[in-house]
Amino acid sequence: MAERDKFKIPVGPQHPSLKEPTSFSVALRGEEITGIDVRLGYNHRGIEKACEERTYIQDMYLIERICGICSHSHSTCFIQGVEEIAKIEVPKRALYIRTLVGELERIHSHLLWLGVAGHEIGFDTLLMYTWRDREIVMDVLALLTGNRVNYGINTIGGVRRDITREQMKEVTRAMDSLEERTKYYIKIASEETTIIKRLSGVGVLSKEDALRFCVVGPTARASGVDHDVRRDDPYAAYSEISFNVITDNHNDVYGRTVVRLKELMESYKIIRQLLEKLPEGPVSVKVPRKIPAGEVVSRYEAPRGEDLHYIKANGTDKPERVKVRAPTLANIQAVKHMLKNRLLADLPIVVAAIDPCFSCTDRLISVRGEDEETPGIMTWENLHSYSVEWYRKRGLDFSKLK
Amino acid sequence: MTALFQILIFPGFLFLSVFGLVAEFVDRKLYARFQNRIGPPYFQPFADIIKLIAKEDLIPGEANPKMFRLTPLFALASTVTAFLYIPIWGTNSVYSFNGDLIVVLYLLMVPALAVFIGGWYSTSLYARIGSVRTVTQLFAYEVPLFMGVLSPALLANTWSLNEMAQFYSRNPWYSVFNLIGFGVSLVALLGKLEKVPFDIPEAETEIVAGSFVEYSGKLLAFFRLTFDIKMVVCASLLAVCFLPFGLKLNPAVVFLLFLVKVFCIVALISLARSVAARLRIDQMIRFCWKYLVPLALMQLFINLILKEILLK
Amino acid sequence: MIRQVLHSVVRKPATIKYPREKTEMPEGFRGRVKFYPEKCVGCTLCMKDCPSDAIVIRKVGEKQFEAEIDLGKCIYCGQCVESCPRRALEVTKEFELAQLDKAKLKVVFRAGPGDGIEKKL
Repeated sequence: MAERDKFKIPVGPQHPSLKEPTSFSVALRGEEITGIDVRLGYNHRGIEKACEERTYIQDMYLIERICGICSHSHSTCFIQGVEEIAKIEVPKRALYIRTLVGELERIHSHLLWLGVAGHEIGFDTLLMYTWRDREIVMDVLALLTGNRVNYGINTIGGVRRDITREQMKEVTRAMDSLEERTKYYIKIASEETTIIKRLSGVGVLSKEDALRFCVVGPTARASGVDHDVRRDDPYAAYSEISFNVITDNHNDVYGRTVVRLKELMESYKIIRQLLEKLPEGPVSVKVPRKIPAGEVVSRYEAPRGEDLHYIKANGTDKPERVKVRAPTLANIQAVKHMLKNRLLADLPIVVAAIDPCFSCTDRLISVRGEDEETPGIMTWENLHSYSVEWYRKRGLDFSKLK
Repeated sequence: MTALFQILIFPGFLFLSVFGLVAEFVDRKLYARFQNRIGPPYFQPFADIIKLIAKEDLIPGEANPKMFRLTPLFALASTVTAFLYIPIWGTNSVYSFNGDLIVVLYLLMVPALAVFIGGWYSTSLYARIGSVRTVTQLFAYEVPLFMGVLSPALLANTWSLNEMAQFYSRNPWYSVFNLIGFGVSLVALLGKLEKVPFDIPEAETEIVAGSFVEYSGKLLAFFRLTFDIKMVVCASLLAVCFLPFGLKLNPAVVFLLFLVKVFCIVALISLARSVAARLRIDQMIRFCWKYLVPLALMQLFINLILKEILLK
Repeated sequence: MIRQVLHSVVRKPATIKYPREKTEMPEGFRGRVKFYPEKCVGCTLCMKDCPSDAIVIRKVGEKQFEAEIDLGKCIYCGQCVESCPRRALEVTKEFELAQLDKAKLKVVFRAGPGDGIEKKL
């Protein structure tokens, strides 16, 4: 490699364009990106392991906190799996309420994304406007569930709260004002020259590549991949609701914006139907604390794409193994491909366009082959002695600590 | 003694600093109101500068300390000097000679070069990319800006700002012919002041803060002040060239009118930056050469013809 | 876009001047948890279900229990309220719980005469 090709700049782990720690090491030739290394693992929290030491009820709240934005997605995905193992018939009304909260969450997530995308291309007015309007849906969520984030509406065997007529009216009113605002954003996206200039033709991912990288969610749908768990493998109340799966053939960041904006319109449609069809009845059934042995893979269409949970139960009140595959993990590999031979200025928006959630997706990684000193995987004993040694060098003795 | 007063107090450094900071406040407040926010209180820009002056100056170990320290001063000095040639009350500036228009334009170019040198000598990777972008952008906006500002001078048949102001105060309606030039200069000015959509050299989400990544404390305060002053000086230049109204009134009134004109131009800048996204550097250069330069050439052509018709 | 932007100038800002203007949380908001010692039977189901070990129920006498809630550990999920068979716990709308002193985050609800009145440690 020539000397001038070695101009490498770090984007992350701390960088204004990234909201969470992750690292992109970008090799540049002038403004052009010649190579890019993605490295996860700065925010690994060990949630999967922690789940094994808590009861199902406690896990529910832990799983909900995997992500701050799609928290309902993760908790529903987990609970659906547990209910399937335990063979619980969840009341219809509970399923409708779950779907309702899920769609409200999609609205708040997509509006949030639109604002972030605006900020990444230097369009702060869009950020301020969308986040202002997002407050409407946040207030609705607080009204229905008792919190603005981490709603805690799910429980094993149903939902924890019923919704009243007044609340339903409030939701309908919110949907009306949001629909009007979203129409305005769709108009902006199709008219504002600078936005179109910055978004179209950027981060191109052809349909073949989308299938090859197994991307999910709006990223896949914007490349013409007609895939949506809500329709392909209906869960909760989606089998009784009619809605369109939005796809787009732009294959670029502009397409992803269009898909998300149109999905917002679909969400309003879904919510109106849900409120109309909401059946009467109880909202939860009693479930024994011990879940019978079994294993399950549960799928859920989170705002960012397909979320996947694997749960193995062993007959006690604690799961044997929980595995989470957040949508970002499926999409992150494609980013490298999308940025190849593009300009540095496109990096923030291309990364933002998959709507990354690095904390959700973070896992323990061991990097191999980068240099000789990489220690590889350490056992608990190794790690313990390593940390004791590390502190001793700094004058602290922790050797007695187990 | 008078000269020293003029350079340091009015209309020199002190007046300009206050003027620049007030303009920054107007810009920020309007930007916030455009975005349906409340915006900062009136003392915010002053507080920012005072805070920065109180902070420690950090100089990167690998940077060249002399250059690193000197560049903000170069930038500030040249911008303040440029203002001395601009007629702010009536048609008289502090200093004037035939050709001062060109000198002002060149002096206003110095901050961009200072930013380039400062960024380059700070040896940070982000700063280097920012510096290169600053200079690349310079080649795109300077040409339309020069042509745009020179066209009214062409009509007035002088290279002196004072004489130009006198010419337009005699025939104020001639300035209507310069509208295209005003538009072109205003857009080019966005590039010069590094405001959205042309804030490419300091694009926060891409290269953190461009050339200013390593600057802190007093040195950063100087740069901030320079940029505020540059904003009002550039806006004044445009006001003198393109908005020569009411120059025959009482000097005090003329001066107030001048302030109003400058703030109007600042408001236009805020409006532009609240309705646009940041362009990429390649798009920016293409835009400047494809649209701004032909328009500026057209303005020159119109003025050449007008000069033949009107002034014969 | 320009029309919307210019229109914003004459519109009231969307910003709420918190903390000068207080925002009211909706009914059923899950804020600080309140404990009623007279209703508690000491089943400790809340302790078992708490995801973050924030609540501790202690026996202080014959059929008398007190609760210690660590507001720093609590994640405000409200599961304890649902687990309680006797409704001895309740969520309130209080959400401004930040403290400079860490000790003040531990709230103890003592049993005894005047049950249900909160006394801080």
